[in-house]
Amino acid sequence: MIVAEPKPIKEVVDMVKDYNKVLIVGCKGCVTVCNVGGSKEVSILASTLKIASRKKGRDIEVGECTLERQCDPEYVKELENIIENYEAVISIACGVGPQFLSERYPSAMVFPGVNTKFMGGAIEHGEWSERCAGCGTCVVHYFGGLCPIARCSKSLLNGPCGGSNQGKCEISNDVDCIWDIIVRKMMTQGRLDQLLEFRPPKSWITSRDGGPRRLIREELVK
Amino acid sequence: MNEFKPQVVAFYCPNCASAAANVAEGMGEILPDNIKMIQVPCTGRIETLHLLRPFENGADGVYVAGCQEDSCQYVSGVVKAAKRVASVKKILEQLDMNPDRINLFNLSAGKGHRFVEVAYEMIGRLKEIGPSPVKVKP
Repeated sequence: MIVAEPKPIKEVVDMVKDYNKVLIVGCKGCVTVCNVGGSKEVSILASTLKIASRKKGRDIEVGECTLERQCDPEYVKELENIIENYEAVISIACGVGPQFLSERYPSAMVFPGVNTKFMGGAIEHGEWSERCAGCGTCVVHYFGGLCPIARCSKSLLNGPCGGSNQGKCEISNDVDCIWDIIVRKMMTQGRLDQLLEFRPPKSWITSRDGGPRRLIREELVK
Repeated sequence: MNEFKPQVVAFYCPNCASAAANVAEGMGEILPDNIKMIQVPCTGRIETLHLLRPFENGADGVYVAGCQEDSCQYVSGVVKAAKRVASVKKILEQLDMNPDRINLFNLSAGKGHRFVEVAYEMIGRLKEIGPSPVKVKP
């Protein structure tokens, strides 16, 4: 999932301080799963904004709405006839959400309510960890099913650096050295020699180096 | 000049806290009338939003009266409530409001006096903190 965290409340309050009618739009996708942008969080942010405004003697109107997904036009369309009643919109979806809202409703003043962090998964309830850097050409099968691009601090593809110590990365004892884990796993599986196979340098053209990305699948396009 | 009388919303569970309330009643101890008591199935059911709503509507303080951590009938209800109270404290801090406006108290079924005592304790704290800065138009 795409993992996000709430923006500091003061930042959000400051963004919409000049507006009297604010719509908060949540998303039932990834951000609901990581407890940052679902219907519950929409209500919490709405209540928080009301407290903040009433503290200043203002009474603002805060609308609440949670779309199935903010990254699909068919759901974004559901805000027609709603969004025009508000002076400002706070999207608490990942960074895709506020952009889809901005593009679909050009006159709307759209603000992000969360900081999008990474693509990852839940280690346990309340803790998430990065797993994918979205390089565009998956290579985890060369590394025992683990991604050194996303999980090595230097994204090294040819083995651990000198900063690997007792299975931990030099940047922090909280960070595992993924190369330590890769090597041990390949040894356990009896295929350590596969790491010695020559591979040409990875092409990063499918990553951000190729500019903003777009994907077209002809069989799906109408 | 009128003395400040804090308006407080209290959530309490039907087990330890409720039993303590009954004991208190039997002892003739009375809660102050500026506390609005709301019984919930378990304090673990209280959402962050439930704790924010009273502040939104001008309450001076909120508290949760739950079980001891090791005696919750639903195992971890009061632990969950404690986490939500902590998250609301953080929200209040970010809004430049005193986080002591919200608290959680762990009660025991037999300690009726304590049930009433925490209410007065909370009111005492709120009198020191002062009225809520949230102004609600009538």
